[in-house]
Order: sequence, then structure tokens, then C-alpha cells
Amino acid sequence: MSCWETIIDYGLRSQGIGERLLPRSDFTLCQQFTLIGSGMIWNIYFGFFALVSGFFLATAVALGKAARNPLIRKPSEWFIFVFRGSPLFIQFFFAYFLFLSLKGVYPIFSPLTSAWAGALVVLFLNTAAYSGEIFYGALQSIPKGDTEAADAYGLSGWTRFRRVIWPTMLRLAWPAYTNEAIFLFHATTLVFFSGFPALQQRGDALYYANYFADKTFNPFIPYPILAGYFILLTLVVIGVFGLVNKRLNRHLPQEARKRLKVRPQIIR
Amino acid sequence: MAMYWAVGTVLLLLAITAPVALLFGFGGASAARSHVAPLRWIGKTYIAIVRGIPDIAFFLFFVIALDQLFEYIRHSIKCPDWTDAVWQGSDFVVCSAAKLPLGNAPQWVHETYGFFLAALTFAIVFGAFAGNVLFGAMQAVPRGQLETAEAYGMSRRQTFWRVLVPQMWVYALPGLSNLWMVLIKATPLLFLLGVEDIVYWARELGGSKQPQFTEYPHPDWRMWYFLALLVFYLCFTKVSEVVLDRIMARLTHGQATAAGEAQRKAAA
Repeated sequence: MSCWETIIDYGLRSQGIGERLLPRSDFTLCQQFTLIGSGMIWNIYFGFFALVSGFFLATAVALGKAARNPLIRKPSEWFIFVFRGSPLFIQFFFAYFLFLSLKGVYPIFSPLTSAWAGALVVLFLNTAAYSGEIFYGALQSIPKGDTEAADAYGLSGWTRFRRVIWPTMLRLAWPAYTNEAIFLFHATTLVFFSGFPALQQRGDALYYANYFADKTFNPFIPYPILAGYFILLTLVVIGVFGLVNKRLNRHLPQEARKRLKVRPQIIR
Repeated sequence: MAMYWAVGTVLLLLAITAPVALLFGFGGASAARSHVAPLRWIGKTYIAIVRGIPDIAFFLFFVIALDQLFEYIRHSIKCPDWTDAVWQGSDFVVCSAAKLPLGNAPQWVHETYGFFLAALTFAIVFGAFAGNVLFGAMQAVPRGQLETAEAYGMSRRQTFWRVLVPQMWVYALPGLSNLWMVLIKATPLLFLLGVEDIVYWARELGGSKQPQFTEYPHPDWRMWYFLALLVFYLCFTKVSEVVLDRIMARLTHGQATAAGEAQRKAAA
């Protein structure tokens, strides 16, 4: 079987399209590359949607934590503490079984017991908490002069937030936020290793890498392939966030612009 | 009962891994700033290699790889007249005298060996992160301090042990405490390594049925078990935060940093 046929058969295997049975013997390098790459679709899906939706909640939570009113501040603080203080792994497990028992009572929750929705919700809340903390830190370090200048121009309320505070906050938070994004993509590998089942063996990249490692007893091929894919993904994320960073900092003189420094975190 | 032992397992893992990882990190960091080039390369590679790759991929990879490495070394020593290849297609075959643990060993040896592998894996991975933190901390000690030591006629070794090492902890502690939090949150991954830890027991005891025959008299309680785990981790994080704050305050005492200055002012 040529490599091209393998790609046709297994290229979209993680979405349930193509050959139903996974290869069982005579594993080729091509099969491993194709299947693990096909699993990356899930990692990108989870990472992208959690990041985009989490961004808005993160802004809200950061503002909430900076609010003076304790009725708003306390819930935001607790939200951040709960999601940052406990392992993501346990959060996945808890959420899965929570959704399972909710499904028993209200059938409307049934999509949440499958990975595509349930895990996405958990990742969304989780990344919102982590980036909320980053944004809160940035909000605290907005130069006083900036807000004073906004006051002097007669900006207030929503206009002041939209034109001055929010862009400055993003600008200050962006390097840390880039790390958070990279880290979130890494965290997506946990999805199918926690409670969420991979229906009909439609798993993510790590799921397939683990499958091959189990079948061949040789971890030295699938895991480096996985690592290669993730390094590529990380480079893409850095590139995209670098472009945004450039745009956010476009008003600054050339030498005052901070370059992105990539320092991925480890585990959540 | 086993559930309570599992909590002990997690705490034991933390107690073993933290100092060993610190030791690895210290070794890596001192190697990275060595004047002997190969030693420096080893240190830098060790620190660099663990970054940019998802954490659990590492955990899954290292356990098998270490296991095979140990068995291979024993194999080459114990059975020199073995002629077959060790990697036969997708199987890893060593002579039975080199099996680790030995095939006829009692159950607890197997469990301890599994635990030992897990602890070693954690130590290697976290050692790299700690090495990175310590390397940064060593760079952060003001040049003036080292120059003063040289001016007093201390040798390189004396400068390192008497001036650099005592002073670097202040700079290292924020990073190390961050790492400790991460380490706490990484412990549920033990479950993936096949150690019967708390995640394992929460799944077992919470379920309405055990895979082995018996049926529990209660419905599916896994949700509550995982909620308990969540709370356990949150409390653990909170306690660590308080303790680490205390240590930081102690270490800052009398140091030439902004916080140390603030402490002096407050005392005066």
C-alpha cells in the first residue's frame, strides 16, 4: 500500500471518515505520521475554540477581579483560584462525571458527555481563569499616566475602556498570553486521557501516538512524531501571536517595542 | 482503605520527587554554567530538551524508555551470550534473568518498581524545569557580589559555594514555588503511569460496579469522589501558598533586593 493511499484512508480518521479499522500489524512510518497528524485536528479544534471563547470571559473575569464591589470581585477571585489551583486532569474527570449525572436527569445535557462539547467547556473555563489572571496583572500595571491622559481628554466610561484601558491591557499582557496559548494547546492532549471517551477510536494526536506505542512497544517513533507536530503547532501559534503583538505595539518607537519571549509553562 | 493509602502515595511521590528534582536541577544548572564545554552542552541540552513538548507525552514516553533502558543494561551484563536481537520487530525481548522486576517477584515488588519509575520520571522532567529556574537565579545574583568575592581572593569553587549558592535562593524561590504548585497539580498523572493513586481509586470506588465481580450498594458516585479530589487539591495549593510566602519572607531577610529593603524599612 502506498503512502498516498494511507493518507486517503487515515487522513481524516480522527473525524470518523475513511477506513474504520486502525492498522493492527506491519506498522509503517507513513501510517504513524498520517494518524497522529489526523489526531492533531482535535488538538487544534479544542485549542482554537477554547482560546477564542475564553478570551472574552477572561477579560470579564479580569475586570471583575479588579472591581471595587466585593459582590463582583469575590466570585471572580474564586473562579480564578478554583481553576488555577486544581489539576486540569481532575477538572476533566469531575466535569465528565458531572455531565454524566446531569444527563441522567435532563437529557438536554447529553452532548456535553462527549468530548467535542464537554471537554471544550472545561478548557474554555480553564483558559479563561488562567488568562484572566494574566489580564488582571496587566490591568494592575497600566501606567497611571495613560488613564490620567484619557481623563484629561474627557474620555470616560465605555469609551475610556475601549480606547485606552483595554488596548493597553492587551499590549502588556500579550507576551504572557502567548505562553498561555501555547500551553493551552499542550493541555488539549489531556482530553482523551481523562474521562472523555474516544468514540470509535476517534482520538487526538496523543491518543494515536499512545496506540502505536502500545502496539509496537517502541515509544521512540510515535512520541517524537507527536513532539514534532507540536513544535510545528507552537511555531505557528508564536507566528500568529507575534503578528498581533506587532499590531498592538505599532504606535511605539521601534526600540521600545518588546519582542515576544517564549517561555512555555509546564502543566496545569 | 486503599484509597487512604493512595493519598499517602501521592504525598510520598511529592516528598521524594521534590528534593531529587531539585538535585537534578542544581546539577543541570551548575553544568550549564561550567567552563568545560562538553559539560556545559550537556547541562544546556538537558534543560532545553524538556520544553516545547506536551508534558504527558513525556510521562508516557519516559516510563517505557527508562524501563527498556534498565532492562537492556541488565541484559547486556547478565546474558552476554544471548544472540537474538533485543528489538524483534515490534517486541522488546530480553532474557528472563534481566527482566525487571523478575518474573517470579511478589506483587509488592512490581508495585514498588512502578512507583520508582514514576518518581524517577517526575524527577527527570521537573529537574529540567528546576534547572532552568536555578540557572536564571544564578545569573541574577548581582555581579558585584561575585566580584567582591574574587577581590577577597576566593577561588571559583569557593565563590560558587560561599557566595553564589546562598544568595541565589531568593531569586530562585518565586520560580521554584511556581514549580511546586505545578508539581502538586501533576501528581494525578501518576494514574497514567499505572500507579494505583487517588484518581484510580476515585474511579473504582465511585463507580456503581467494579470490574471485579462485586457490585457496590450505591449508584454512580464518581462525581462526588472527584469533587472531593478537587477540594483536596485546592486545600493543598492554599496551604502551600501560605507556607511558601513565609519562606520567602525569611529568605528575603537581609538580602540586597527591593523586598529586603522594604523589610528593613518596616523593621526600622
